[in-house]
Amino acid sequence: MIDILGYPFMQRALIAAVLVGIVCSVVGTYVVLKRLAFIGAGISHSAFGGVALGYLVGLSPIGVAIPFSLATAMAIGWVSRKGKMPEDTAIGIFFASAMALGVLFIGLREGYNVDLFGYLFGSILAVSVSDIWLILGLGLGVIAVVLLLFKEFFFLSFDEEMAAVSGLPTRTLYFVLLALMALTVIVSIKIVGIILVEALLVIPAAAAYQLTRNFVRMMLISVLIGLVSGVLGLFLSYWWDLASGATIVLTAAVIFFVCFLFSPRRRKRRVAAEQ
Amino acid sequence: MKRPVVVKMEDVWVSFDGNLALKSVDLEIEQEEFLGLIGPNGSGKTTLIKVILGLVKPDRGKVEVFGRPPDKLGPERPLIGYVPQKSQNDWNFPVSVLDVVMMGRYGRIGLVKRPSRADWDIARKALEDVQMQDSGDRQLGQLSGGQQQRVMIARALASQPKLLLFDEPASGVDIQGEEQFYSLLQTLKKERELTIVVVTHDIAVVSSYVEKLACLNQTLYSHAAPSEVLTADSLKKVYGCEVELLAHGRIPHRVVEEHK
Repeated sequence: MIDILGYPFMQRALIAAVLVGIVCSVVGTYVVLKRLAFIGAGISHSAFGGVALGYLVGLSPIGVAIPFSLATAMAIGWVSRKGKMPEDTAIGIFFASAMALGVLFIGLREGYNVDLFGYLFGSILAVSVSDIWLILGLGLGVIAVVLLLFKEFFFLSFDEEMAAVSGLPTRTLYFVLLALMALTVIVSIKIVGIILVEALLVIPAAAAYQLTRNFVRMMLISVLIGLVSGVLGLFLSYWWDLASGATIVLTAAVIFFVCFLFSPRRRKRRVAAEQ
Repeated sequence: MKRPVVVKMEDVWVSFDGNLALKSVDLEIEQEEFLGLIGPNGSGKTTLIKVILGLVKPDRGKVEVFGRPPDKLGPERPLIGYVPQKSQNDWNFPVSVLDVVMMGRYGRIGLVKRPSRADWDIARKALEDVQMQDSGDRQLGQLSGGQQQRVMIARALASQPKLLLFDEPASGVDIQGEEQFYSLLQTLKKERELTIVVVTHDIAVVSSYVEKLACLNQTLYSHAAPSEVLTADSLKKVYGCEVELLAHGRIPHRVVEEHK
C-alpha cells in the first residue's frame, strides 16, 4: 500500500480524496438537514457547462467552472426564493440546460480529445499540481467559512423563519451556503466527477444522521465517513482500475447501509411498531 | 396615565397575489398589555403578526414597533419574541433542547461570535422559567407536544424580549395544558414586564386570561376589554354568522356557532 504512494499522481490523488472527503461531508451535513439535495444536484450538473466552456476558450476548465458554478448556484437560489414556479421544476430546467450547453461547447471545439469520462466520473490520473493548490485553497476556504458561520448555519438549517425573526440575515446566509456548495463541487470535480459529487454531498451526512441526535457529532461522524470513503475508495479504484468517483461513492454507500441497518433511530422505530 | 405604545399600526393594508389579507387595520398595543387577537380561520391573524415581526411588508400604511419600522429595528430586534404556530420544524433535527433555547440569543450575540458563559446562563434561566430545566440535554424530538411548546417559549424568552407574540399556541394541547399555558404566560408577564399578544381562534379560553381582546376579520372590528368585545352583535360582525354566547360567571365560557 505504501509503495503506491511513491507515484506522484497517487500522492496528488490522495490529497484530493482527503480534502473531498472532508469538505463534502461538512457541507453535506447542511445539504441533508436543510433538504438541499436536489439543489445540490442542480449546482453540480451545471458545473459541466463551466468545464466545457473552459475547454472551448482554451482556459483552465476548473478555473472557468468556478465563476460558472457560483453564478448558477446564485441563479438557482434566486429562482427557488422567488417562488414563481416550483423549485424542483426550476432546477430541472437549469441543470439540463447547463449540461446541454456543455455538450454544445465541447462539440464546437475542433478535434476534441477531452477526457470527458474523467470529468463526469472522476479519475485518479486527473489531478495536476496546479489543481492541488486550487482545491486546497478552496477546500480550506469553505471549511473556514463554515467554522465562522457555524451557529448561523445551524439555526438556518433548523428553522429559517425563526432565524429571520431573530435578526439573522437569512437570505444572505442561504446564498452563502449555496456558494459553499458550488465550491465544494469544484473541489470534487477531478477526483469524484460532476455526476457523482452529489452522492458525496448526501451519503456521509445521511449515514451520520442514522447514528446520532447531536449536530456537532453528526458533522464529525460525517467527516470520518467521508474521509474513509475517499481514501479507501481511491485505493480500491487503483487496485481494480476503476473510475475513482464511482468507487469512492460506492464505498460511502456501503458504509451508509451498514449505518442504516444498525441505526438506533431505526431500532427505536421497530420497537415502537411492535408495541 | 396612558402607558407607552409598543406597537402602532395605521391604515395597514396587505394582500398576497391580489387576495386581500388585511384591510385598513389601525391598532395600538400598549406596554404590558395582554392582548388576545381573535378571528375566524383565514382572517389575517397570522399576517398581522408577521407584519409586526417585519416578515411581511404592508402594501400601504404605517407600522411602528418600539417607535421604529419593524424591519429597521437593528440591534433592538431581539426585543420582539415570537412563538410560531406548532411548527413546521423538523422535530427529528439533531438538536438538544438547550441548543434550541440558545438560538433565541443568536440575535443578541451577533454574527460570527460564540455564546459566552453569560449567554448560557440566560438560556438556562429561560428553561427554568418554563420549568424545563431538567430537559436541557434531551433531543427536541423526544419531548411531548406541550413540552416542545414550552421550549419554544424559552427560546423566545432567551432573547430577553419586551414584546411576546404567540400564533395559535394552544393548537394540539389539551384543555388542562391550555390552562397551564395561560397561567404560565401571566406569571412571565408579571416577572418580566412583558407585553403579550396571543393569536387564537379559541375565544372562550383566551378571554378568561387576557386584559383586552381584538377581533380581526381582514379589518379590525374592536379592541377593548373582553366583556365589551364579547357581545353577540360584535361577534356576528366578525364571524359573519350568529354566534351564541353561553355566559358562565363573569365572562362567557363557551361559544356556540350556528352556521346557516
